[in-house]
Amino acid sequence: MLWFILRRCGSAVIVLFLGSILIFLGIRALPGDPAVVMAGQEASPAVVEAIRHEFGLDKPLPAQYLDYVTQTLTGNFGRSTQDQLPVIDIIAQRLPVTLELSALAMLIAIVIGVGAGIVAAIRRGRFADYVATGFGLAGLSVPHFWLGLLGILLFAVTWRVLPASGYVPFTEDPGQNLQRMILPALVLGAGFAAILMRQTRSAMLGALSADYVRTARSKGLSEVKVVGAHALRNSLTTVITVLGLQLGALISGAVVTEQIFVIPGFGKLTVDAVLTRNYPVIQAVVLVTVVGYVVVNLLVDIAYALLNPRIRLSGARHD
Amino acid sequence: MSLLEISDLTVDFDTEDGLVQAVRDISLTLDEGEILALCGESGCGKSVTAMSVPRLLPPGTTRLSGSVKLDGRELTTLPEPAMRQVRGKDVSVVFQEPMTSLNPSFTVGYQIAEVLRRHERLSRQAAGRRAVELLELVGIPAPQRRMKEYPHQLSGGMRQRVMIAIAVACSPRVLIADEPTTALDVTIQAGVLDVFRDLRDRLGTAIILITHDLGVVADIADRAVVMYAGRAVEQAPVTELFARPRHPYTLGLMNALPSAAVNGRLAEIPGMVPSPLSDPDECAFQARCPRAQADCRLSRPPLERHAPEHLAACFHPGGKS
Amino acid sequence: MTETLAVPVPMSARRGRMWRRFRRRPMPMAGLVLVVAFLLLALIGPLVTGDPAQQDYLATLAPPSGAHPMGTDDLGRDAFARIAHGAQVSLQAGVLSMLLAMVVGIPIGLVAGFYRRWLDPIVMRLVDVTLAFPFLVFAVGLAAIIGPSLKGVVIALGFSQLPAIIRITRGEVLAIREMDYVAAAVADGAGDGHIIFRYVLPNCASPLIVQATVAIPTAIIGESTLSFLGLGVQPPTPSWGVMLTTAQQYLGDAPWLAIWPGLMIALATLGFNLLGDGLRDVLDPRSGR
Repeated sequence: MLWFILRRCGSAVIVLFLGSILIFLGIRALPGDPAVVMAGQEASPAVVEAIRHEFGLDKPLPAQYLDYVTQTLTGNFGRSTQDQLPVIDIIAQRLPVTLELSALAMLIAIVIGVGAGIVAAIRRGRFADYVATGFGLAGLSVPHFWLGLLGILLFAVTWRVLPASGYVPFTEDPGQNLQRMILPALVLGAGFAAILMRQTRSAMLGALSADYVRTARSKGLSEVKVVGAHALRNSLTTVITVLGLQLGALISGAVVTEQIFVIPGFGKLTVDAVLTRNYPVIQAVVLVTVVGYVVVNLLVDIAYALLNPRIRLSGARHD
Repeated sequence: MSLLEISDLTVDFDTEDGLVQAVRDISLTLDEGEILALCGESGCGKSVTAMSVPRLLPPGTTRLSGSVKLDGRELTTLPEPAMRQVRGKDVSVVFQEPMTSLNPSFTVGYQIAEVLRRHERLSRQAAGRRAVELLELVGIPAPQRRMKEYPHQLSGGMRQRVMIAIAVACSPRVLIADEPTTALDVTIQAGVLDVFRDLRDRLGTAIILITHDLGVVADIADRAVVMYAGRAVEQAPVTELFARPRHPYTLGLMNALPSAAVNGRLAEIPGMVPSPLSDPDECAFQARCPRAQADCRLSRPPLERHAPEHLAACFHPGGKS
Repeated sequence: MTETLAVPVPMSARRGRMWRRFRRRPMPMAGLVLVVAFLLLALIGPLVTGDPAQQDYLATLAPPSGAHPMGTDDLGRDAFARIAHGAQVSLQAGVLSMLLAMVVGIPIGLVAGFYRRWLDPIVMRLVDVTLAFPFLVFAVGLAAIIGPSLKGVVIALGFSQLPAIIRITRGEVLAIREMDYVAAAVADGAGDGHIIFRYVLPNCASPLIVQATVAIPTAIIGESTLSFLGLGVQPPTPSWGVMLTTAQQYLGDAPWLAIWPGLMIALATLGFNLLGDGLRDVLDPRSGR
């Protein structure tokens, strides 16, 4: 098991390494003087020179890369070209917002998606199944931002029960914070819930028709135990795998959702940065996203191994 | 009164293609310490008959009529919660596929202890100890170590023994073994059959053995019921059955054994099993029967006594060919 | 369905059987209808509707009417015309990105499968790196470098499809290599190229087609998402995503503008998803759904 974790970590590190090279080269592939790019078009020559010096942009590439790595590891991402604030501070401020949104959305998605999937599998072929499957298909096909717009149209414009946009930090006013997060989280979680529902249903159907479920029933176990322990346990691996795979979609969904509901999060930061050619921010944002992504995938792999005895045990046998 | 009495059992399945009549008017009995073999080819209804006892048939599409009595207690009308009390404790099942019949995500020990904790309310430790004893009982070496292992780490023969351990954990009155040796190597088969014999001798367990392998029947069973197209066509103690088979189908089965091959060719029974969707009033076997005559097509031969303890459903039974 | 090459069933009979099985299911048929409708809209629509760029200041934000069946936007442009042209853009995004992914991915997959010892680990590492960049992040980065455009969208979409294509192709190569009839062909002197064209590629066809029905709706949504954010198609080119950006600003005044583009996206995506499910059931039953 330990061996398995170490191998996966090593793999992750390699990926991060290659990814960072890509990002590093990407910025330097832009036309023009990298120092001007990093300082911003309107910066004064003095500032440009300071940037050139700080990031060693006149050194040969390999040396630059080394600087880049050290700076990244110490948290120095440069300054935003918009307001000269340290990028790391901006990110530190915005990231928790997006994390909250994503966490809420995931929670909603898991509760609704997995729950609906289980119900649909148990009541296969009956009304509940059709309803759930229908929602599942709809949720898959409907684009996020449209759902968001419709949501605003319905809840904010027509019925006036929820605010259309804006954000209040949780620490300031939990009530307001949640009120403003509900709709975005629902919108973000909906598509995810649809995918989870389909996968859960499919996995549960497979598990429920498996021989070991028949054995469990023959032991006289209660239906709750049969479905909840035996069948569900074997479906969890699928669900977790899907969770991991869909994380990328969650990230992109968050970006869009924040745009629609004007939430000052990480996603909105990304879009704004691209539109204003704020390269220090772009570089940092991409790096953070990739790191986050790799870490989450690593965690998913480990969770998968924990749940699946075959992998867990063979990983321990040095093969 | 016998331990298990099945009377006039009929099981139909509601399918897309129509009503499938899987089992028709089966009656049989099982006594304590007896090993009864249900034999016949695939699809003849032997599994469905046996699974009617613990009512492990697909819900919703199964239509069951007739009576199944265990110790005089009618099982077919029991409400489901009461039935769950019976399953695993009074009646238990060993399934055909040891590969897939054990849950791959739980340890062997857990799966055995599970049934103990369900029916006998044992604590986790007590159940664990008892599970180790059971593993020993079925002949698994190093039981302490095996407890913590997962099904995929065991060989097919061992998995089957684990299944048996689970099935006998609560000392059931009736053990149903559905083709327990079919998925196993011939060399392992003997070991598993020994376990059954041992259980019968030591615990007095009555066993219903479902099989299409006449070799297994001859080896271990006390009595046998031969089924064809959902009906019992012959019933007799095993020695009597092999010595003087009456029904042409039974004869055909025995001739098809490799040991009866002539000039290196296996004798087959020509033709096919009739469709389970219809049930005309005639002998179901007559189209393939070498002894069939006009009256076989006019009405169905009833299961009657042709000799002490030997029943057969045929108008023109034969002696050994 | 690798056994189709070993068993001499005529192609026409096989296709007929598959079509009949497909026709019997309502959902995939509905999907097929939606997809055909989408294709018609994208290919023929722009020819019959009006000019999507024509502005009419007298009729801005007009509700649906005879002259403008879907209303007009803030510059008086006919929404229906813009929908039709937007369909074409979506189709372009979907098809071009698929083609890009295939042109790059199939050779890579083939090579990885054939020359396992050296190239395979490298290729799989690269695939992992690719997967580490969520689509939107890559698209964002690309847009930052080359500026927002449809070209960037197509490249980003193609990039995100790459891992799947590579995996499928490589998987087929690995599977085919073990087959007896390939060993027989090699013993007869068949070269790698012969094996690729005669055995591997035809077998890739089914899973790749199924993949296409997954990739195209993803591409449609991806393109509209990027355009919505301003990172994709630039005005005045109409795109369903861009239309929704406008719609958001005028949500209170002209709610109908928000409904049509999104509905179109949803229906097109739904159509491909249903079609894909049906195709998967028929072409590749062992995919275990």
